[in-house]
Amino acid sequence: MILTTAQATLSHWKRRPGQLLTLVIGLALATALWSGVQAINAEARASYDSAAQSLGQSTLEILEPVSSETLPQSRFAELRRAGWLVSPVLEGRYRLGDRTIRIRGYDPLTAPVAMQPVNLTDPNDLLGFIGGTVGFVHPETYAGLELSETDLEIYAQAALPLGVLLVDIGTAQRLLDQRDAISHLVLWPDQPAGLESLRKLAPDLRRVRPNQTSDAARLTDSFHLNLTAFGLLAFAVGLFIVHGAIGLAFEQRRAMFRTLRALGVPLQSLVIVLASEVMVLAVLSAVVGVALGYIIAATLLPDVAATIRGLYGAEVTGNLQFRRSWWLSGLGIALAGAALASAQALWRVSKMPLLAPAQPRAWLRASSRGITIQLGVAMGLFLVAGLSVQYFSGLIAGFVMLGSLLLGAALILPGILSALLNMASRLSVRPLTQWFWADTHQQLPGLSLALMALMLALATNIGVGTMVSSFRLTFTGWLDQRLASEFYVTGRDQADADALLAFLEPRSDAVLPIWRVEGALNQHPGEVFAVADHPTYRDNWPMLRAVPDIWDLLANGEGVLINEQLWRRDDLSLGDTLTLPDGPNLQIIGVFSDYGNPKAQAIIGLSVFDRVYPNAARLGFAVRIDPEKVSQLRADIREEFDLPDTLMIDQASIKSFSLGVFERTFAVSGALNILTLGVAGFAMLTSLLTLASMRIPQLAPVWALGQTRARLAQFELLRAVLLAALTTVVAIPVGLVLAWSLLAVVNVEAFGWRLPMFLFPSQWLVLGGLTLLAAVLAALWPAQKLARTPPGDLLKVFANER
Amino acid sequence: MLVDLKNVQKSYGDQPVLAGVDLQLDAAQSLALTGESGSGKSTLLHLIGGLDQADAGEVAVAGENLRQMDDAGRAALRRTTVSVVFQQFNLIPSLNVAANLSFQARLAGRFDRAWTNALTERLGLSGLEQRYPEQLSGGQQQRVAIGRALAVRPALILADEPTGNLDEDSGDAVMSLLLDLVRDTGAGLLMVTHSQRLAARLDRRLMLAHGRIA
Repeated sequence: MILTTAQATLSHWKRRPGQLLTLVIGLALATALWSGVQAINAEARASYDSAAQSLGQSTLEILEPVSSETLPQSRFAELRRAGWLVSPVLEGRYRLGDRTIRIRGYDPLTAPVAMQPVNLTDPNDLLGFIGGTVGFVHPETYAGLELSETDLEIYAQAALPLGVLLVDIGTAQRLLDQRDAISHLVLWPDQPAGLESLRKLAPDLRRVRPNQTSDAARLTDSFHLNLTAFGLLAFAVGLFIVHGAIGLAFEQRRAMFRTLRALGVPLQSLVIVLASEVMVLAVLSAVVGVALGYIIAATLLPDVAATIRGLYGAEVTGNLQFRRSWWLSGLGIALAGAALASAQALWRVSKMPLLAPAQPRAWLRASSRGITIQLGVAMGLFLVAGLSVQYFSGLIAGFVMLGSLLLGAALILPGILSALLNMASRLSVRPLTQWFWADTHQQLPGLSLALMALMLALATNIGVGTMVSSFRLTFTGWLDQRLASEFYVTGRDQADADALLAFLEPRSDAVLPIWRVEGALNQHPGEVFAVADHPTYRDNWPMLRAVPDIWDLLANGEGVLINEQLWRRDDLSLGDTLTLPDGPNLQIIGVFSDYGNPKAQAIIGLSVFDRVYPNAARLGFAVRIDPEKVSQLRADIREEFDLPDTLMIDQASIKSFSLGVFERTFAVSGALNILTLGVAGFAMLTSLLTLASMRIPQLAPVWALGQTRARLAQFELLRAVLLAALTTVVAIPVGLVLAWSLLAVVNVEAFGWRLPMFLFPSQWLVLGGLTLLAAVLAALWPAQKLARTPPGDLLKVFANER
Repeated sequence: MLVDLKNVQKSYGDQPVLAGVDLQLDAAQSLALTGESGSGKSTLLHLIGGLDQADAGEVAVAGENLRQMDDAGRAALRRTTVSVVFQQFNLIPSLNVAANLSFQARLAGRFDRAWTNALTERLGLSGLEQRYPEQLSGGQQQRVAIGRALAVRPALILADEPTGNLDEDSGDAVMSLLLDLVRDTGAGLLMVTHSQRLAARLDRRLMLAHGRIA
């Protein structure tokens, strides 16, 4: 019986392959965007985890300094003498040729086996390693290295994580110019009994348990959450299509369901058959969607990898693997989405009275009650949005607010359009115009899901577009201010730097020190910079908050400037005190914007820096010079000091590098944006196509009363354009609220900085034009079909044979 | 006794439709139920077919008391014992004629190819098996509906204005086919009709007025 029933219900799809295609493509597209994003996230997380695991970070305890970035090597010796089995590690970023890699230095003689990814049992290998002539990198990293830029013999080793150069700790100290420094000590899993407690021996060190989540994973969490949110939004847009397609398919078969019941199919069997049908279609769509998702992820992964490297210094492999976690999640969300989209339809079937008259077009009838319920739900969602931003914090609260706002706006759309169409209908006088408005109003329920999907996509496009353009405008302006100096040079060592200073001073307008130390600021990893008292800073530095005479106070050593991230993260105010690493307390006198930097940063006057950090390396300088003389100066320095190009950077190169990182960061958002809009365009096409097949009974009377089929087709086109235009108008304010939320809430939570918002009306015009074009294209086919409908089909309406 | 109704009552809201109906129908007997619009004819048919439930009284079909059956029991009755022929044909639009004809029989697990082929032949549907309902005339569609009802070899056929949507000639032809086939299969027939002319062709005739047998 089940099979016979299934044969009847499935025969619907055979007769309407277009509708089946709509459902499968809708769900497949939604799944594709979701699983594509999940594939990217899974690949990135796998890269972080493999990095942590291969270096023993996820299995071994470590001892790290409480209040500084590094600890002196002597602490290692003291603990070893006390009997503790510890091994030193030094980590840092290092520029090799044109790329930055992470150096990890360890001591192969004292390191536990779990943190030794390289086999050094051959005495010659061990001697070479300890002797500072040998290093190891992952084969993928090896392929991108400029080996001529280093005196090390570098070998490829597959067990290593990407982007890491593994060397002996002595070599790391030399390369990073951190003599006798250690980042942390690794504790052996088994320690001798009866040792003096570490609390007593090393109160300055903190014992950190092995972490399953690597540092890179924690750092990049917000980035991946952003991607996930985008994937979810695209999935939601797709779900509107699926909901519409399933709802229509159920409604069209309502009479068939009654006949089946009348012929003796038990309700339970019918519901089981229909639910199974939806699930089979969902699995089919999921397979297509996951395959498409793989293609999307493989296309976007190189850009994502570059973004993550640029933003966080974490390495992600460029090769996408078919991991179970993401394809299962794609399958799961397709099934869940289909279940969600069909729940209402299935519930209606289960409650369907056996004898109620068949209403094949009930779905199309505008229900004022439905619109009222939607308005109520929308208001509830707006309330949730307001409460989440008012009473909760964190990225999740930000996304809850965004989701509630968008969904609420989508739900309110049919109500707004209905009111506008009602008004137009009342204002029109000519009978044909009156019919057009009334007929458009009648079409609204059938089109509302597609229009809601379109509005979501448009609002997202406007929102993300406004955010990216505001960011670009702010960022380029900020770069112009921050990178005011024309040329930047760094000495290889202190002697080099001293000689450079003497060389540069007579050949330039000004030589400004770029000196820094790393250390904890309010318990966050951070860095302290020194600035000279010079108009370069006084005239150019962008300040978000500042006390009067800020530069005089800074030059006199009477205050400190902090970056926006530190200010927001710790809710600091001007006048609060900040403790410098190993140094004094200084009053906060200004807050500067510092886009793209995940670390806390402080700026102090040169006099304070000299006093507090007398031993800090003083290797870098910013040079003010006529831009036309930069290339000559670079040539002179190369000739005089034999400095490699990597230590000399001109302003234009840094700007183009920074802007490159920026563009890559938003390339992924842009691609997902376009894909989401594509899905919405598809929703509109499929809704118009399915409606077209049900339009004849509504259009036949108007045709019989003296309108040509061509004229009626023109009305269909006009209707699609009109509804798309109205939807665009509603989408603009929603998109702007979305942009504000992204800039003022989500960005602050994710990255720690807030951006000013700018409006770009020309972008809206272009988007509006594209939307109308999409509406015309979507309506063209159904309209053409109508214009070519044989008069016989129209006459059938009056022959009582339909 | 194929159908046995005792004091059957049914209301929709506060509107009484059947106010105590007693009715009996023997096996292989045909009965025409006539009456004005709104007299409760179709409601009575629905109660006998297990499509709806009486508020009071007893409804027994083929010895089974429908008021004691659950939904699944009534569905089983409709599958195997009672077949309904509707005024609106109620064919499955996405199945072709052959599939529609055999549909209920296959649901009931009683599909007999030879019998279905014979029905196809007698109903004049040969050559139309691959067509879909929308490609048939009203008369042809009703013949498919009659074939579907008979293919399961039910004990009782309920027909609700089976020719109401057809012109007189088509209606007469369909009616003749229905009566011949019912007679040949030995099924009972209870038909609701407005037409006294059609009612006269059946074994018995009853009239419903104001919810009672007049």
